[in-house]
Amino acid sequence: MFRRFIVRRVLLGVLVLWLVTLGTFCMFFVAPGDPARTLAGRQATEEQVALIRHDLGLDQPILVQYGSYMNRLIHGDLGQSYFNGESVGTLLAGDLPPTASLVLGGAVLWLAVGVSAGVLSATRARSLLDRTLTLVALGGVSMPTFVVGLLLLYLLFFQLTKAGWPIFPPDSYVPLTAGPWEWARHLILPWVTLATVQAAVYLRLTRGSMLDVLGDDYVRTARAKGVPERRVIYRHGLRAALTPVVTQLGVDIGTLIGGVVVTESVFGLGGIGQAVVQAFVSGDLPVIMGVVLIASGAVVVANLAVDIAYGLLDARVRLA
Amino acid sequence: MTITELRVPAAQVTGRSPWQLAWGRLRTDRVALASAIVIVVLVTLAVCAPLIAAWNGHGPDDQFRDTGITPEGLPVPPGGEFWFGTDRLGRDLFIRVLFGARVSLLVGVVATGMASIVGVVIGLLAGFYGGVVDVILSRLIDVVLSFPYLIFAIAAVSIVGPSLAATVFVIAFYSWAAIARIVRGQTLSIKEREYVEAARSLGASDGRIMFIDILPNLLAPVIVLVTLLIPAAIVFESTLSYLGLGITPPTPSWGNLLSEAQGFYRVAWWYLTLPALTLLLTTLAFNLLGDGIRDAIDPRTERIFSRRRKKK
Repeated sequence: MFRRFIVRRVLLGVLVLWLVTLGTFCMFFVAPGDPARTLAGRQATEEQVALIRHDLGLDQPILVQYGSYMNRLIHGDLGQSYFNGESVGTLLAGDLPPTASLVLGGAVLWLAVGVSAGVLSATRARSLLDRTLTLVALGGVSMPTFVVGLLLLYLLFFQLTKAGWPIFPPDSYVPLTAGPWEWARHLILPWVTLATVQAAVYLRLTRGSMLDVLGDDYVRTARAKGVPERRVIYRHGLRAALTPVVTQLGVDIGTLIGGVVVTESVFGLGGIGQAVVQAFVSGDLPVIMGVVLIASGAVVVANLAVDIAYGLLDARVRLA
Repeated sequence: MTITELRVPAAQVTGRSPWQLAWGRLRTDRVALASAIVIVVLVTLAVCAPLIAAWNGHGPDDQFRDTGITPEGLPVPPGGEFWFGTDRLGRDLFIRVLFGARVSLLVGVVATGMASIVGVVIGLLAGFYGGVVDVILSRLIDVVLSFPYLIFAIAAVSIVGPSLAATVFVIAFYSWAAIARIVRGQTLSIKEREYVEAARSLGASDGRIMFIDILPNLLAPVIVLVTLLIPAAIVFESTLSYLGLGITPPTPSWGNLLSEAQGFYRVAWWYLTLPALTLLLTTLAFNLLGDGIRDAIDPRTERIFSRRRKKK
């Protein structure tokens, strides 16, 4: 049963990825401009352009081109940048560390804040604290991420530095090899920015899930047999309430690895998300499509991982 | 419903539709009412923006090089002449925020409207026909909901180029799936009701059953979702415009106003914060109103909370 469930999920993932590659392949044909001419540069003669077109295989029939495109993808070749001819894979691999640092560090922060605030909110449902937290969370989802980032830069970088406490640097990424303290210091503001919006979502999710679980019979039983309230909330309640949170976390990390476009752009971290914005500005189609493929792959893998974890944790899913 | 009616003395009992009951509950929700007023005021200001601009003589694109720029060439802070201060070119920021509101609200409402039509139709089809149709449409909904949407938006805009229409389509394409999922779920349960059976036995066509018999019964959750999707669309527009993928200058939108302000936050606090606060006020008002409507339409949520509280 479980094996069939997993096989179905894997097949669905492969189907989705294949559709995405079909989409990206078509994008190259509907896109305005001629890649051979772009690569050749302004002063190129017609012969040079024709030669490049031949080298790229652009003079071949469309099905042959599709075949070689898929062949390259299967071998992990995402193509070359239109601008410096560098391999898209290498280019994006260099952008992975900032993105991964941002997403994983941010996830720790938004989980800690979102889940604990959600538990507080649920155990004191309809109190002043609950209302305040709900309002703050609503404010979090009502603000565009870049506004949060810019306001943090204004208050915590600019005003603090002006007041003589240059605690937070304005932007840029420092690799972990330069020392964990410097790495973290440069990432605090981006982490807070990313976590502000995400924590709001996790607060509402945890609150709803906790309220459901705390109304269940086994929680009443636990209370009736005299289990201390703290233990009821954390051991009996939270443990069961975390399942949807874990699902959401897996999916979110998968989605964000493909590019935390806004946060990276605001803080100039130079990750995958910023690469795709720069590629948009310069019209570098292979880089954009490379990011689309990587992001789709990450989402499919993350969803699959969540499905498997879910099936292992909860027998009901397996049998459904 | 029945509980409320039982409390009323028999002489006063009058038939009230669920919508009237919901309106009665919404009317006593002060937060929702205040949010509705904020939205009405904002929409009025946005609609009247040209009148206000004509009244104080500051067009949205007029550059006040002598009064709107300091001798050092910097924007002027808020004051009697310029309520929100001026921007980097000496334009009246208040007027530009109002004109930006026209674009941002319009994009939010039009995109959400398109998304709800598509979402309702797809959700109805999936829920009503079930089987293969449902499997295909549901998977499509799942895929759209789970994908990193901004990346796809960047890819799409890089092909067609940024424009107002592209912005609306990108946002609509992102929003329909949430509506379709809710509508599908509701349709699945409503189509089993007796009155649908009755309509079918009278020989009603599928289309009639879907749009005349089922659709009115799932309007409530759709209205709630639409109220919550409009602020999401406004946030999305501003993000797209901030990245240069949405509304391009000189047309002011909240997104590109904030994008322009990015380089100036060190010298002109109002340039970033005042448009940002206007945007936050708007999206917060829509979100609070949406929550209020949800509570009013579905009073069960309220009662579950209070029952749990008593249990403690």
